This record gives sequence, structure tokens and C-alpha cells, in this order.
Amino acid sequence: MNPISFVTQMIRIAIPYLFAASGGVVAERAGIVSLTLEGFMLSGAFAAVLGTNYSGSPWIGVLSGVLGGLIFALIHAVATIRYRADQVVVGVAINLLAIGVTRFFLKLFFASSSNSPRVAGFGGNITMAGFDNPLLWLGIIVAPVMAFVIYKTPFGLRVRAVGEHPDAAESVGVSVKRVRYAAVALSGMLAALGGVYLALDQHQFTDQMTAGRGFIAISAVIFGRWDPIRAALACLLFAAAETLQIQLQGSHAIPSQFIEMIPYALTIIALAGVVGRAVPPAALGRVED
Amino acid sequence: MISGPASTGEVARGPTARVPAIRMERIEKSFGAIRANRGASVEVMPGEIHALVGENGAGKSTLMRILGGLMKPDSGHVEVNGRDVTGWSTNDAIAAGIGIVHQHFMLVPTLSVAENLVLGCEPKTRGIVLDYKHAADDVRKLSTETGLVIDPERLISDLSVGEAQRVEILKVLFRGARILVLDEPTAVLSPPEVRELWTVLRRLRDKGDTIVLITHRLDEVVEISNTITVMRAGETVARVKTSETTPAEIARLMVGREVSLSAGKRVQPSGRPAGAQPNQGLEARNIIVMGSRGIRVVDGVSFNVRPGEILGIAGVEGNGQTELIEALAGLRPVFAGEILIDGTDITRRSVARRHDAGLSHIPEDRHRRGLILEYTIANNLILGVQKYFSRNGVIDRDRVKENAIRAITSFDIRPPNALLPGRALSGGNQQKVVVAREMGRGFSVLLASQPTRGVDVGAIEFIHQQLLNARTQGKAILLVSAELNEALALSDRVAVMYRGKFAVVMPSAEASEEVLGEYMIGTKKGTAA
Amino acid sequence: MSASSLAEGTKPTFAAAPWRERAEEALIPPLVALLVALICGDLLILSYGQSPAAVYRMLLEGTWGNAYGFGQVLYKATTLAFTGLAVSFGLRAGLFNIGGESQLAAGGFAAALTGLVLPAATPLIFALLICMIAAGLAGGVVGAVPAYLKTRFGAHEVIVTIMLNFIVLALLNWFIAGHLHVPETLHTPEIHAGVLPRLADIDSRFHGSAANLALIVAVLVAVAVWFYLFRTRGGYDLRAVGLQPQAAEYGGISVGRVWMRALTFSGVIAGMGGINYVLGYKHYYEDGFASGAGFLGIAVALVGRNHPFGVIIAAFFFATLSQGGLAIHAFVPKQMMDVLQGVVIIAVATAVPEVRRILRSARKRSDA
Repeated sequence: MNPISFVTQMIRIAIPYLFAASGGVVAERAGIVSLTLEGFMLSGAFAAVLGTNYSGSPWIGVLSGVLGGLIFALIHAVATIRYRADQVVVGVAINLLAIGVTRFFLKLFFASSSNSPRVAGFGGNITMAGFDNPLLWLGIIVAPVMAFVIYKTPFGLRVRAVGEHPDAAESVGVSVKRVRYAAVALSGMLAALGGVYLALDQHQFTDQMTAGRGFIAISAVIFGRWDPIRAALACLLFAAAETLQIQLQGSHAIPSQFIEMIPYALTIIALAGVVGRAVPPAALGRVED
Repeated sequence: MISGPASTGEVARGPTARVPAIRMERIEKSFGAIRANRGASVEVMPGEIHALVGENGAGKSTLMRILGGLMKPDSGHVEVNGRDVTGWSTNDAIAAGIGIVHQHFMLVPTLSVAENLVLGCEPKTRGIVLDYKHAADDVRKLSTETGLVIDPERLISDLSVGEAQRVEILKVLFRGARILVLDEPTAVLSPPEVRELWTVLRRLRDKGDTIVLITHRLDEVVEISNTITVMRAGETVARVKTSETTPAEIARLMVGREVSLSAGKRVQPSGRPAGAQPNQGLEARNIIVMGSRGIRVVDGVSFNVRPGEILGIAGVEGNGQTELIEALAGLRPVFAGEILIDGTDITRRSVARRHDAGLSHIPEDRHRRGLILEYTIANNLILGVQKYFSRNGVIDRDRVKENAIRAITSFDIRPPNALLPGRALSGGNQQKVVVAREMGRGFSVLLASQPTRGVDVGAIEFIHQQLLNARTQGKAILLVSAELNEALALSDRVAVMYRGKFAVVMPSAEASEEVLGEYMIGTKKGTAA
Repeated sequence: MSASSLAEGTKPTFAAAPWRERAEEALIPPLVALLVALICGDLLILSYGQSPAAVYRMLLEGTWGNAYGFGQVLYKATTLAFTGLAVSFGLRAGLFNIGGESQLAAGGFAAALTGLVLPAATPLIFALLICMIAAGLAGGVVGAVPAYLKTRFGAHEVIVTIMLNFIVLALLNWFIAGHLHVPETLHTPEIHAGVLPRLADIDSRFHGSAANLALIVAVLVAVAVWFYLFRTRGGYDLRAVGLQPQAAEYGGISVGRVWMRALTFSGVIAGMGGINYVLGYKHYYEDGFASGAGFLGIAVALVGRNHPFGVIIAAFFFATLSQGGLAIHAFVPKQMMDVLQGVVIIAVATAVPEVRRILRSARKRSDA
């Protein structure tokens, strides 16, 4: 195992997490629970394959993937913001809905219960180790860009205010609802990009292909204490563990199941405050009156 | 009911009739069944410091929220600088120069001073980047201009209360406010911080700004204001020039209430020799309770209540009475001091074990604490005493039913349907459920906090009679009431609580509104007996 | 006699007057959801060029119309009843248990191990009891973790249970894949004791379906949960904490202890659900048998309005959808049911606060 191939593989594995976690940070900072990242990712993956398949161009696939995530995000936003439905319940439902919808359209468009036909992707030159894929570069910069947005723009300031003390924001004329809609929409599009990368990298869509990555992304958000850069580092950490497990596959040193557990165990530890408290945004998940 | 030189709607105009900065007339505002404003009005002239005075629930905050555009009046008329602005939005109000400094600060604790100040009107460079430097410079400039000095980089959560309030004031000035409304600004300030605030307000007034001060602290009102408007129960009862009135008169206007209880009724002495049972009843020794930001909301209170005695705690709300009762009931930790019931130290005991020791509690907030709104009347009547109604863990429904029938009958709870959920009853009947429960079980000490608030007159009489009966039966009762008449009529001894301490304790036979009023507003400070 | 006495003619009553209010608030959201599901179903069916009426008829025939189909519905409803009861129990205390899947799997695993360890000659009643206890214990242990973390550290149970799902399932997978599996499979050897008779053994019309006597256990558990919640002191305390924790505290109830009990027992109930697959159907533990049951349990609790008997009905509803998907597969892909599930949940979740708001303001206006 040489270090270069370890790092490149780690980065490739981390990209979907980086996209989704960056989206999760924005939405949660604005006070909306983001258990939905898994569903957004899956819908983005499917929509991307759909778009690429019918247009032949992966760039159209990217666009349609983002659109797919946006649609689900808007459903989540309307249910939780306008109708004030419980955010956890709707989050679970969105994930189930995404599975159902992608399966249904997989059958409808591709007459299959398990996978789509192969589609074009980006890059493909083995010697480039994936770095000729523009989405990969996008995934690398998405976290710093989100950090910039959250800490250096007026929108980011409003997001932070709305997630901590919505009454204070409302009292100076900031529309809490509008900021939250925007944050959720953004999280949907970013998480979808994670799915787009995944699907185009594998050149097809398979049923439930996200396989829990959305939850690893949430773990990264929590472990990273709702900061984009720290969440990104957590993504890299989790990806490193996964890479280790893959590269150690044959050696049976540590069973793969235990490596799988690492992100989740770390998150629980973070929540229990054993290694410093992970304090969420104060207004997270609260239903406004 | 109305006294003072001006009554609602009439305004004494000087020889040069200036346009009032604020004019609100016949404002009506209800929240469901609660009429917060019933034809209230206020007129504030430009360049003055105007105090809006009244007890909790008098409607002052609601009136000012309407002015600030946070809500619209059901009916009535609002004018600012001569312009009709009835029903406008917060953004309109801010644009017109109205700035409200809220009692509970509307500041985001995790953000800095500068960030809080520019929220909603952020300066930008190149369209998307937030210009922090510009924001910080603006804050510093405003700081120097107004004398409200604060470092723009500091986080709100690191600030003291006085500093946070400065930021709140800066926030409204930043948006160009010329009319400031401060809601209970001194509620959490120490005396030196209050003096600093007065300096700031005077400077603003001298600059030409108009200031409305919502408060119930009359000693301060007298120090700082030019004109006073008194509100009571949603109405405006008086408008006077500060120089033409006295604190006692203001207190009387604020606090008195027409009630079937005639002032002057006194309880009969119970005939128990004082000190006969030194170890019985409720005893509190040097209780200290901490509030937020390290302030002592209860600052060394000691007293005892003997069996067969009612000790009344009078005083305007917000002086620590709530926290004291919560500490005695076990709902709030005590920082220092001891609590004893019949000689047993219960300071560290849980609520359930305090019940076992003989403590009953009629809570101030029946909606949050006293009742479970979704539970039926019958189920509410066993809250806190479930174990007496269950056998081997199973609830004995017949006994619950019996109990409910008994309580409904003796307390005339209406509608007399034991299966109605708590939220279906009127406030008075809800309170009767609570009283029936708390006084229906075996107890030796009763904490009664605002027991007749929001209750109709007939029920008030009834509840009062229950309290007196308990007294005759030898129970020790601690009564907290914001209604002075009630406290005087029911108590053997009455104490006044001001800023966390007992300002005075005296036999109620010797007390009167005039005497106690001065302690309540802080113009007279004694040492508690 | 006290100062005021009752007005003439009024007597304290135990009239059932508020039932209408309560029923409205409880039943309207699921009905709304049903309506939304029907509309969505129509759209999806039409997109396949089929007639909704024909498809719905086929669905009903394939589920409630024949014994095999109905047996399958019963089987699926049993598992969902367990996870639904588990979630609703936690929700009654104000706590969200999303760990149903791992608790169910752990319970099934424990039941399988117990069934393997017990000698084959063990009388069914004993074997069943011991296996059930083992299953409940396993689920309870998994449920106790978030319970403890919440009570002691204030860690939010939603995230902890979700994380724990992955951890426990991975752990179980390790046990099976590493040590306990029958070669070429991912399941344990067949159990010796504790085999529950199938419904088909009693009534041959149910031949082929997985329905077994675990469904009786499910009903008993539902009754037990109902009794606990509405007839015991513990249930009184638990519901109080879920409704108004501050009032519960005022009434002397220990909120932390109630939380501990609620989440742990929520796990126990979900764990016991494992007997449906393990003791009643396949007679071994198979990796992945619990898939999806946890999330669907949330849907069942929601549509069942957190009431044990509502949960049973909702379990039947979702089981019918699931089995119905198979029945109509020739006409419309069963994946349509996956979509409908998600739609129903969102519809109910949205309807609950909205319906409450509309009903309450309508009532206020009529009182005023």
C-alpha cells in the first residue's frame, strides 16, 4: 500500500461525504434537521443517470441530478417550514420516498429492479486516479466555499442567526422562513451533487446505491460541530478509515465491520460530550409558532 | 377608577401645540380569550422621557409591540409624528425611526456585537462578501457618538447584562431610531448599571430623541421621567407629569383593584400563642437562589410560617417571589440556605419527597405547571398524589372517579364533566381544579402563589375561604400575591419582597397600602423582621 | 358545607362528550393521508397505462381476498405491530426511538441463539417464554444505551439511535459472517426449541403463508402496552412527561427515570418482535431480516396516532400495502408501494399539526 494511492482513494471516497456534509451544515445551522441527506443523495444519483442517459452528456446529468435533489429538498422544506410537520418524521419519510421514487422510475424508465444501463461519466483515465473528474475538484473545494458562505457573507450571517435565535432575526426584519427555505434548497442541491458524483463515477445507478452515506455525512456534521471545515475533516477521517479497511481487505487484522462502525461510534461519543461537547444550533428542530 | 389630571383620550396641550411623537388611541387587542388592551391609549411628546407604568399583565408590552409593528391592533388608531401608521409592519416601524429594546434581549448569543448590529442590513463589498471591517468601524463610530462604549468584536455570550443591553440600544440607534421604547430595562441591572443607563438616556433625550420607558419600578420612574402614563388591566388609567405626582399615588393607581373584598377586612387572630411550636410549620433560613448571569434573584431570605398562620408576600412581580417559591417547592435548586418543614430539613429533597413531608403547592403558572392540559379533570386531580390512587401500580379508577366527583361538587367546577380535558375549562375553573387538588390532600404547609390570578370574582371568594379554613385547621400557609388587597386581607403577617430581599415584615393589622407601597417601590428600605 | 354549592340541576358527570373532539383530531390526519395516498396511487397507476379501479380491486383480492394473501398480510403486520408499538411507546414519553431495526435484529438474534441452546425436547411454552425474554432483553439492552446517554448527558436520542442502528447491525453481521453462519448462507443454524406453529398448521387455507402465532403475542403486547399506558400509575407518569414535562416535574415525577424506562422498554418491545421471523417463520436468524422495519415502525406509530390499537390498525394498513404490491406486480411494479409509503408518512406528518390548528381555531370561533 503506497501512501499516494491511499490518499487518492481516500479523497475519492470522501467526495460524496464532503458534498452532503457541506449541505447538511448549512441546513442544520439554519435550524432544520437534516436526516434527509441520504434521500437527497439518492435522488441526485438517479436523476443524474436519467439525464445523462437521455442526453448523452454527463454535464446534463449534473444539472438534472441537482434538480432532483432540489425537488426533494423543496418537499422537505414545505412540509417542515410551511406546515410545521415534525422534522425528524419528515426526514425519515423523505429518505423512504427517495428510495421508493427512484425504484419506481428505475422500473418505469429502465425496466429493471436493480440497476440502470451504463452511462457516460467524467474522466476515466486510470493514470489520473480520478483527478480528471471535474466533480472531484468541485467536491474538494465545496467545504471551503461553504465555510466562506457561512462566515463571510450576509446570507451566512442570517443562516447562523436564524438557527440560534430566530426571534432576534425576525425582530430586525430578516424572514426566518425565507432563509430556511434557501438553506434547505442549498443542502438538497449539494447533497445531490454527492449522489451525482457517486453515480457517474460508477457509470450507473443501482438500487439504494448510497448505502448509508448520507448518515455518515450527518455524523460528520455532528462530529465536526456544525462547522464546514471541521465537518470536512471528519469526512476525510471517515473516508480514511474506509480506505484502510478496503486496502487491508485480505489481512483480517481488524474485521471490516468494526471499521464500518467508526464514524457512528465517534458521533455518539461526540454527543455524549466525552471529548468536548457537540452543541447543536440552539433552534435546531424546534417548531416555530 | 380614573384619577389624576388627565383621563383617557384627553391630553393637556401646552400653549404651543406640538405634534406628538407617538399617539395611540382606543387600542383593542385580544389573544384568544385574553383582552390584553381594552381601549388603551398613550401620548408621548417628542424629546421627553415618558414612563409607561403598570403591573404585569397591564398591557404595556402589548401596546408597545403594536407600536413597533410586531402585531396589529384589533381596533384603534396609531399615529407617529402625526402620520397614521395603524397596522404597520416591523420594517415600516424601523424605517420610520422606532426602535424597541426588548426586555428579553433579541441578541444572537453566538455572534459578535458587530454581527448582531448589522444583521438584516449588512454592509457588503463586491456584492456578496460581508464587510466586517466596515461594520466594526460603524459600531465604533456610533459607540463614540452615543457614549455607549462596547467592543464590536466581542461575543454576546461573553457580555455582562449591562453590556448586552448597551448593544440592544446600539442596535436600534444603528438603524436610525429617534423614538426608543425600552421594555423593563432595569429588570436585570444592578444599581450602578442603572445609573449608567440613565446617563445614556438623558444624553439621547438631550440630543432630541424620544424615549418611552416601560417599567414597574417606580423609584426609577420618578428619577428619570418627565411624564407618566399608568395602565391597569389593559386600560389607561392616568397620564400625569412626573413633577406633579408622588410615588405613593402612582403605586395606588397601579396596584389597587376593585374587588368584593373590602379593604379593611382583616383576619381574626387565630388565638394561638406565638412561638408555641417553635419547630413546626415552614422555616426558611438565609435562602439564596441564583438566576441567570450570576445575579442573586433571592438574596438571603429568612422567615418562618407557623401552623395556623398565613404569611403573605406582597410586592410587584419580578422581585424574586417566583424563584423563592420554586426553590421552596423543589423546582429550583437553592444555592445556599436551608428549608425546614416541621423541623425536618428538606433543602435537598426531591419534589415527591417534599410532598411526603407535608408540602402542597398552588403554582403561579397553572398552564405550564399546575395542570396537564390534555389530561382529564379527573386525572389532573390526582397529579402529584397518584400513588394514593393506585394499588400495586394499577390506578384505582373508582377512587379517581369518587375523588373527581367530590372535588367538582365542593369546588363547583364547571362544566361539571370529569372527563373534559384541562384545556377546555376557563382559567377560573382550572385554578379551582388545582386548588381542589392541592388542598384536598394531607398537608401541613401550603405554598400559594398568585392563587386567584385570572379567576372570576365568585371563585376568588371561594378560594380565599378555603385558605382561611386551612388556616383555622392549623396549616401553615405562605401566600404570594401581586394584589396588595388580597395579601392584606388574608395574611396574619405580611412581608414585602424587593429585589430579592424581604424589605419588611409586619403584622398585617399594622400594614396598609400606603405603608407597604413605599417598600414595594423601593423608596423605603428597611430590614426584614 | 362550603361557600358555594352547585347550581340547581347540575351534577358531576362522566359524560363522553370530549370523545368527538379527540376522535376528530386523532382520525382526520390518517384519513387525509389515505386520501392523498389514493390520489398518488391513481397517478402512478395511470402513468403505467392501467386503470386504478382494476388495480385496487386486484390489490384487495390479493391481500384480503384470499387466505394466502391475508396470511402474508398478517405476518408482515405482526412485525410492524411490534416496531410500531415500540416507537409509539417512546413517543408517548416524548422520545423518538429510531433504533427499531437494530433492536428488532438484536432480539431476533437472541431468540435464535436461545432456540439453538435449548434442548429440542423443551416444552413449547417454556421455550417460547425463555426465547421471548431473551429477545426482549437484547432489545432492551440496545434501547438502554440511548436512554442512558439522554438521561445522563442530554444526548439527543434521534441521532444516537440512528448511529446505534449501524453499529449494532454491523456487530451482528460480524457475529454471523465470522462465526455462526451456516456455510453458503448468512443465517444461523435452525433452532431446536421454541418453534412457533404457523397459522397454516391450524387452518390449511393459510398454506404457504408465513403467518404464525407470533401475531397473538403481538396482540397481547398491544393490550399490555395499552394497559400500562392508560391504567397504571407508571403509564400516567410516562404520558405526563410526554405531554408537559414541567407539570410532571411539578407533580413530583422523576423525568429522567421515566425517560430511562420509556426508551429501554421501547427497545424491549421492538426486540420481542424478532420472534416473528425467527421463531415463527424461518426458524433461524438471518442477516438483514429486520431491514426497513424500524423506519416503517415510525410510519405505523404516526398513522396509528401513538395509540396501541391504532398502531395495530396502521400495521395492517402498511402490511396490506406491502403485500398488495406483490399482488399487483403484473400490472404495476411493486415499487409503487414504496413511493406510497413515503407519501403517506409525509401526508400524515403534515396533516397532524395543520388539522389540529384548523380544528382548534374553528372551535374557538364557535365558542366565542
